Amino acid sequence: MTKRENELTWKDIETGFIVTEPGSARQYRTGDWKSERPIVDKSKCIKCGLCFIYCPEGCIQQDAEGYYEADLFYCKGCGICARECWPKAITMVEEES
Amino acid sequence: MAKREGIEVSRAITVACKLANIDVVAAYPITPQTHIVEDLAKLVANGELEASFIPVESEHSAMSVCLGAAAVGARTFTATAGQGLELMHEVLYIASSMRLPIVMTVVNRALSAPINIWGDHSDAMAVRDTGWIQIFVENGQQAVDSMFCAFRIAEDQRVLLPVMVHLDGFHLTHVVEPIFFPEPNEVDQFLPPNQYPLPLNPDKPVAMGDFGPPFIYTEIKKAQEVNIEAAKEVVLECWQDFGERFGRYYSPVECYRSEGAKVLLLTMGSFSETAMEAIDKMKGEGKNVGLIRIRLWRPFPFKEIRQAAKGAEVLIVLDRALSFGYGGPVCSEIKSAFYHEDKCPKIVSFVGGLGGRDISPGGFEQMINRGIEIARTGSEQEFEMFGVRE
Repeated sequence: MTKRENELTWKDIETGFIVTEPGSARQYRTGDWKSERPIVDKSKCIKCGLCFIYCPEGCIQQDAEGYYEADLFYCKGCGICARECWPKAITMVEEES
Repeated sequence: MAKREGIEVSRAITVACKLANIDVVAAYPITPQTHIVEDLAKLVANGELEASFIPVESEHSAMSVCLGAAAVGARTFTATAGQGLELMHEVLYIASSMRLPIVMTVVNRALSAPINIWGDHSDAMAVRDTGWIQIFVENGQQAVDSMFCAFRIAEDQRVLLPVMVHLDGFHLTHVVEPIFFPEPNEVDQFLPPNQYPLPLNPDKPVAMGDFGPPFIYTEIKKAQEVNIEAAKEVVLECWQDFGERFGRYYSPVECYRSEGAKVLLLTMGSFSETAMEAIDKMKGEGKNVGLIRIRLWRPFPFKEIRQAAKGAEVLIVLDRALSFGYGGPVCSEIKSAFYHEDKCPKIVSFVGGLGGRDISPGGFEQMINRGIEIARTGSEQEFEMFGVRE
């Protein structure tokens, strides 16, 4: 797709909305579904990786220092990471806009 | 030269499927099914038709199998009726939205409760908005002819939409009629091989029925609407070519002795032929009446309806289905077709012929006379149920 997703007109739609290119789901911003986003307090994080394991979206990754962070382009704000984080390093903060 | 053969109309549909050389049929063979799929199963089992017959556990699955078969580019057919069509309901939208050229005969029957498998249009009206091209037929010959046209229209690269051929339960499906069948080579010339443009193929993967979130769903639906509207040109072209080849011409709205008539009756399906008898009798008595019939139900023939009823003072519409809390669904669409017209006939709505209740030529005569009376005096009711015992 050369156009951005929100620029496509009905004339750009493939027959039956068939998807002919692989990997198009990657372009889909599920991140705009969320009403809360996870914020990590690195002073409490013990780098156990439970949030990474439990994230149903698979959007949490480890950074160079070993901390875990959600990719907000995909994070749907479900809050499972915060619920599972037993050192209470993750808090869900309301999205303001 | 085409052969004429006395045959039950259900079985004639099967012969048409064989002539059309279908590849896949998926069906759930129990009441309210007809001989259509029973005979297809026999043809495949006897090696007379080289096709896959896939028996499934429900009508929902039958249509789901058809999606897959059409998606690999197979010429795909199924048949259903009444409750079976209702069980398919959600999958019907998927077939049209994914642009899969499936052909299905719908043997029109009433819906339960109470249990009633006789003919009416309740099942058809419930699937009105599913995005399928829908054709109504009045006799066995039209049913057979419509099969060849349905495959050609559905598979046309400009269309790629599923097509329903509606034929009345019992009044058509279970009667024996003399029917002309074309020769196999004539069918082959009329109906080119199916060439679905983007079939499922491991060497060239595609995803069908994908995710369409709010930012794109409206555009997808607009594309679908433009597509079905544009399909009408292909339908007309197909019927023209069919007429030139086989001598039987079809059009979206067909008129019977309606030229200059002040009072018109509008029907769909097999009752049209009974209504013709009433029109003949009344014409003979010097009454200025005529008949129009809708053949192409979707895409809806607005222009042709207005043209056919031009000059009429009264238009009486018979629905064989009831939209509870509203009235006759066909009549509602007829009324909407005239909303923007300066000159509009008085439109009178009857609901009748429900659950296999017959309407005789004499009954149609009564209906027309009552319709004229309502048009003159007005009525407090939005519609009348014809023949109901008060």
